[in-house]
Amino acid sequence: MRRSAAPLLLFLLLATLLALPHVLPRFHTYVAAIVLLTALLATSLNLAIGYTGLYQFGHAVFYGVGAYGTALVLTRSGMPAPVAFLVGPLAAAVLSLLMGLICIRLSKLYFGMLQISLGSLVWAVVYRWYSFTGGDDGIHGIPIPDAIASPKGSYYFTLTVTALCVFAMYRIVRSPFGKVIQGIRDNPVRAAAIGVDVKLHQLAALVIAGFFGGVAGSLFVVVENSVFPDMMFWTFSLEVLIMCLLGGMYTFFGPFVGASVIVLLRVFASVHTQYWGLILGTILTLVIIFLPDGVLGVFVRRSPAKEDPGA
Amino acid sequence: MDFASNLFSTGTLSQILVGLSRTTILFIVSSGMSLILGVLRIPNVAHGSLYMIGAFAAWSVIQFLGGGLFAFLAAMIVAPLIVAAVGFVLERGFFSYLYEREHLMLLLLTFSFALILGDLVKIVWGPEYRSITVPAFFQGSAEIFGLPLPWYNLFLLLIGPCIAVFLWLVINKTKLGKIARAAAVDGEMVGAVGINVGWIFAFTFVLGSFLAGLGGALIAPMVNISLGMDHSLIIESFLIVIIGGLGNMWGTLLGSLIFGLTQSLGILVWPQFGIAFPYLAVVAVLVVRPRGLLSSTW
Repeated sequence: MRRSAAPLLLFLLLATLLALPHVLPRFHTYVAAIVLLTALLATSLNLAIGYTGLYQFGHAVFYGVGAYGTALVLTRSGMPAPVAFLVGPLAAAVLSLLMGLICIRLSKLYFGMLQISLGSLVWAVVYRWYSFTGGDDGIHGIPIPDAIASPKGSYYFTLTVTALCVFAMYRIVRSPFGKVIQGIRDNPVRAAAIGVDVKLHQLAALVIAGFFGGVAGSLFVVVENSVFPDMMFWTFSLEVLIMCLLGGMYTFFGPFVGASVIVLLRVFASVHTQYWGLILGTILTLVIIFLPDGVLGVFVRRSPAKEDPGA
Repeated sequence: MDFASNLFSTGTLSQILVGLSRTTILFIVSSGMSLILGVLRIPNVAHGSLYMIGAFAAWSVIQFLGGGLFAFLAAMIVAPLIVAAVGFVLERGFFSYLYEREHLMLLLLTFSFALILGDLVKIVWGPEYRSITVPAFFQGSAEIFGLPLPWYNLFLLLIGPCIAVFLWLVINKTKLGKIARAAAVDGEMVGAVGINVGWIFAFTFVLGSFLAGLGGALIAPMVNISLGMDHSLIIESFLIVIIGGLGNMWGTLLGSLIFGLTQSLGILVWPQFGIAFPYLAVVAVLVVRPRGLLSSTW
């Protein structure tokens, strides 16, 4: 992609996104909102995995905790909605920090395996804690403020928040902090040698990724009016990872593209077949074999430094 | 809730004994995962699917042979062999081309096979539950410390240590095991002295798959054989391998014991959230020893 073309493309994209609810039917507007918030989720994961090089395999749990935090405040407490939209993401950020503290000392693969496992512990607790989380039924009919309750309203809310968050993350990866975490990804030993506190930066990246993942979860509450435990199941974590991979992990907008493709395919497939796993698995296999840098990676090539095995 | 009276009832011991037989299954499956992780450095997410195929295949073999003790024992051997064949196809057909890639790619590839195999099982066996009845030979219970323990659970308790010893012998005492360990540390060097590393990896993957299938076949009479039985198992296996120490067979055994016992006791202590206890044990272990309880043998 040539640099001069980028602002124009971005402008066209935003204009299209703003116009969508006026041309699309109701259901498609809803799908578009889901695409946007899933893209936010995938972008937040990519901050940890693509930019920091941490194998964040349990990311859906932050999405889920963000959603449950918001949903619980909205249904159980008399507190105003803005509080609910803060509580969700903050809870996700705190959980991200706690899980990070437990896992950060482990090497890459161990880190990932433990993240996925601790995430599934959170899933199991949510799944069974009927009196608090509604257990496997989830929580339904969550009261959403009138201004953003309509399909159009929730779409524009999602679009605004997603755009702001994606912009914020874009600034973060371009900031000196962003350069440091990319340096850590490419060579942690060298980064440490020049005086970078590697663990601290990794933890910070995890918290940021968890926070924005939580924001995506809060948006899900607005769009869906319900939450259920499966949104934080570990298979969904890996599905989000596939979105990053499909779009291109080492590009900023890759996860956005990947999330759009996967969500739309999933909606399409759910109408025609019950074998979504077969479809997703086949796509993933083909991408890994033929497009390891993802769709956008074809245009913006940036292969990471080769890793030492098991490190 | 009175924790203490729950914990010190007569039910505790039988719960421990039943928990131990589940631990055996966890150990068999996890040792396969540990082997693959140790030599090939892949956290094989498809391992749970292989375990599920083992259970379904055991059901089919028993149906095909018409039941009875012979059919049952045949299923316990044939089903893991079928799974081993699936593992062979996966390794030679796909993984063998991708060892040079980033490990993340390999992990995602195993996930894509988990998705594909999950749906293939749905296509082949349908979405319904299946169940296997234990043959007459294994019915009834033995008396252990005055408590009844089903013969089948006892059978599992005997198999676990046999597998552990067998794997330890293969890994530490055979030439193949020594080469596999060398290949895990430095595949290029092993290749340079004229050994076909590809086949070592294939053998390891096939053996690991066999163990996953064996676990699935052995647990089949004790549970509902269902789609989704792969999902929780994979997480449990991950944790067991992590707390045991990478590739260490005794570590995997120790990890299985810790995991299985905290699980069965946790359910006694706090039925609703007993599921959390093994995780707490894992976190406690990792805070003290981040690299696992026993040292990695590789």
